[in-house]
Amino acid sequence: MNLSPKTLAAYAAILVCGIVAPFLFPNYTFQLAMLWIMILFALTWDTMGGQMGYNSLGNIFFFGAGMYICAVVQIAWAGYDVAEYTAHFGAVKIEVTYAQYYGGLMVGLILAALGCVLFAIVFGHIVFGLRGPYFAIGTLGVALAAGELVGTWDYVGGGGGITVPFYPGEPDARSLLYYFLCFPLAIATFSFLKWLYSTRFGLAINAIRDDEEKAEGMGIHTLRYKTIAWASSAFFLGISGGIFGNMVGFVEPLEVAFPTVTFGIFMVVMALLGGKGTLWGPVLGATVFHIIKETTWTYMLGWQWVALGALIIINIVFFQQGILGWAQEKWPERFGIKVEGDDSGREAG
Amino acid sequence: MLDNLLILTAVPVLNVQLLLDGLFIGAIFALAAYGLALVWGVMNVKNLAQGDFVMMGGYIAFVMSKMGIHPIFGLPVAIVLMFAFGWIVYRLIISRVIGRDMFTSLLATFGLAILLQQVLNLIFGPEVQTAESGFEIRSILGGMVTVADIKFISFLLTAVLAAIVVTFMKFSRMGQAIRATAQDARAAKVMGIDTDRVYAFTYALNAAICGAAGVLIAMIWVLQPFFGLAYSIRCFVIVTAAGLGNLPGVIMAGLGLGAFEQFGGFILGAEFQQAIVVGMLVLVLLIRQFQQGRQRQAVV
Amino acid sequence: MVATSTSTTNGLIECQGVTKTFGGVIANNDIALNVPEGRITGLIGPNGSGKTTLFNSIVGYHPLDSGSVKFKGKEISKLRVPQIARMGMLRTFQQTRIYSKMNCVENMLVSVPHRRETYRMMFSEYAPEVTERAEELLEFVGLYQKRLLISGDLSFGQQKLLEFAMALMNEPEVLLLDEPTAGINPTLINGLIDRLRRANEQMGITLFVIEHNMRVIMGLAEHIYCLANGKLLAEGTPDKIRNDKRVIDAYLGGHA
Repeated sequence: MNLSPKTLAAYAAILVCGIVAPFLFPNYTFQLAMLWIMILFALTWDTMGGQMGYNSLGNIFFFGAGMYICAVVQIAWAGYDVAEYTAHFGAVKIEVTYAQYYGGLMVGLILAALGCVLFAIVFGHIVFGLRGPYFAIGTLGVALAAGELVGTWDYVGGGGGITVPFYPGEPDARSLLYYFLCFPLAIATFSFLKWLYSTRFGLAINAIRDDEEKAEGMGIHTLRYKTIAWASSAFFLGISGGIFGNMVGFVEPLEVAFPTVTFGIFMVVMALLGGKGTLWGPVLGATVFHIIKETTWTYMLGWQWVALGALIIINIVFFQQGILGWAQEKWPERFGIKVEGDDSGREAG
Repeated sequence: MLDNLLILTAVPVLNVQLLLDGLFIGAIFALAAYGLALVWGVMNVKNLAQGDFVMMGGYIAFVMSKMGIHPIFGLPVAIVLMFAFGWIVYRLIISRVIGRDMFTSLLATFGLAILLQQVLNLIFGPEVQTAESGFEIRSILGGMVTVADIKFISFLLTAVLAAIVVTFMKFSRMGQAIRATAQDARAAKVMGIDTDRVYAFTYALNAAICGAAGVLIAMIWVLQPFFGLAYSIRCFVIVTAAGLGNLPGVIMAGLGLGAFEQFGGFILGAEFQQAIVVGMLVLVLLIRQFQQGRQRQAVV
Repeated sequence: MVATSTSTTNGLIECQGVTKTFGGVIANNDIALNVPEGRITGLIGPNGSGKTTLFNSIVGYHPLDSGSVKFKGKEISKLRVPQIARMGMLRTFQQTRIYSKMNCVENMLVSVPHRRETYRMMFSEYAPEVTERAEELLEFVGLYQKRLLISGDLSFGQQKLLEFAMALMNEPEVLLLDEPTAGINPTLINGLIDRLRRANEQMGITLFVIEHNMRVIMGLAEHIYCLANGKLLAEGTPDKIRNDKRVIDAYLGGHA
């Protein structure tokens, strides 16, 4: 990939900002980490919804699944029996050394990622036969069902939830640790998707979005592409879930792990707000959304959720193309979109 | 879980109780689902705010009973108010998403659902409420089975409402216009039918039907601002299982879902109630896909 | 008479007794036909005679009620669209279908053959030769100047040409064209016919063409099948079809 000096400078600036931000605003480390997670949410949703035209309302499933897998692995790694631990409803406090903690976290995150990929492959084969609205409702159903079922599963603490092992060091060090997990993860997601969209894969999933029946008619292995797209979303979502569970310190099915009507719908709103089907759109949308949300949320005294509903409606009804989509329509040439044929080059055959 | 199954076999009369309760509530599900099938079939809008309309109707009855009016009189009030509300929602939102891709209508109504449930939550709080009808509760079969009069009355009212809607759709000018638009909107337009008005009326009618269902639910079951989504999902389950434009199918699927939930809730435990509903959704979609995926076929 | 002529040649596509009904309406009734390799074969018939249904049956859009379809001697009537496409049989649509949010070159690139695609290829970039080939073919159909435009913004006729070029990009052995000249500016039709012929002669692609324009199909095809009311009515050389009384009746006399 050849990047112009200008683009390189922009990337470098983002990296520098990302690194210094938690030191400049030490009180907001959690919110800053959340910003990276939100960007990851929007990016991974857009792989399916924007680039491939499969509008999932249930991507949050992988977030929750990763969170639970990671939590269970961490507890087991610390040498506790998970069933016994959850039976005590948090009365037992898990004390671990640094080595144990990092070991458990690392193995937990790896298994969370792999587990979610596996889930994506299995579910993909089941739900990819559903098209259009059925896919959206079906994935919503899977995410809701997961939340409800985990809530009745005593092994992982049921509706009461499960507390992850405590970080052995200072709270500030813990915040920084998780910030510096979220930040590179979001960067990795972005870089991976940037690369992915530049390969054949990107064009193929765009073709599926534009006309899946035609794509099938041209012999494209549609199921293979769809599964890989979903699995890569699941991979990053799984890791982010594992990290988020530790940031919160407590994993609970409905509000933390499978929050379908909060994070689950935020993903969609952020990608749409920024402009779906573009690489930077979701990043932009997530940033704008997160900043607005963090600055206004607490002042709205309960009306924030009403505002969220209104935002979704206005976004989808009046401003569906999103910020970047709008900019592309306005200045197509700047985005490398041609509106007129060129007369240079060869003559018509 | 096994214990509960054993209870059912040991005390067979309990089955009658569960079945009756299931059918009473299932009839109301079918009513709301018929409304969804209507908007889905006529204007191709998948209304995810369906359940929240039901809840709104329910809270209308709740407010009336708090004001000392018997909630059963909430029926006409809810029908009128929700009809007007549906018309406004159509003008503000739905008219702008018709004809766009299907995800647009789905997400717009999902946004509406979130908005409505939160407004209800702000007004009425998250507590579970009910509108007391004050009617008697009868015991039958030697006192083992109880049937509240209100459940029986609501069952009859549901049937009457359904009959009115069906008659309306068959014989009135507007009903015929709606059916014509459902079959071919462009042809209907060419023939001089004001399709925009038909859509507005259909959506408003659906809201009114939901409102009526909500009043009945308020009297025989419970209300809660966030229960709306479950009703939306129930409606989707019923319509997906029955197919569009299949009234007997909707009734059967509605009654079946009601009974299934009652038995499932009893056997697995009440905490599984929501899980059963969403589980049914996933199941119905899978069956549908399996049926379609058996052989090569065109996906339109 | 019909039976003898079909059994003598060994076709690339062979249909035997193909029957397809839609809820009581018989769209195709016991159709037998044969598309020989390297030739151009025509399929004509009045509206509603079941031509597109037959295409859909061959390329795998819906299950057959009965009958067999063979491609290169292999039974394909149970296979699905993508599998058949990867074997080298493609179709274009009457209502043109392209990837409307992508530009023309991208439309072409994504249409490369997927027969031998490996997982590694899925994640590689397109080789310069592939882009070169895409531009060549766009030039072939006369869309080179428009190559960087969003394809959805092209006119209907141009989209049709693009779809044809995409099909060629896929290097099929046989191409089923559903009314290639419908909706194309009459002045461009001769150019299109010329390109179809060149695709057949120079690229060695067998063509099976549904066409309503009699002048076009008579000049293009070497052998023509005529359907009426879901049945095979007649077959033969253009001259023979032109003078067949049943064909003339079917076109002029309606469905009586």
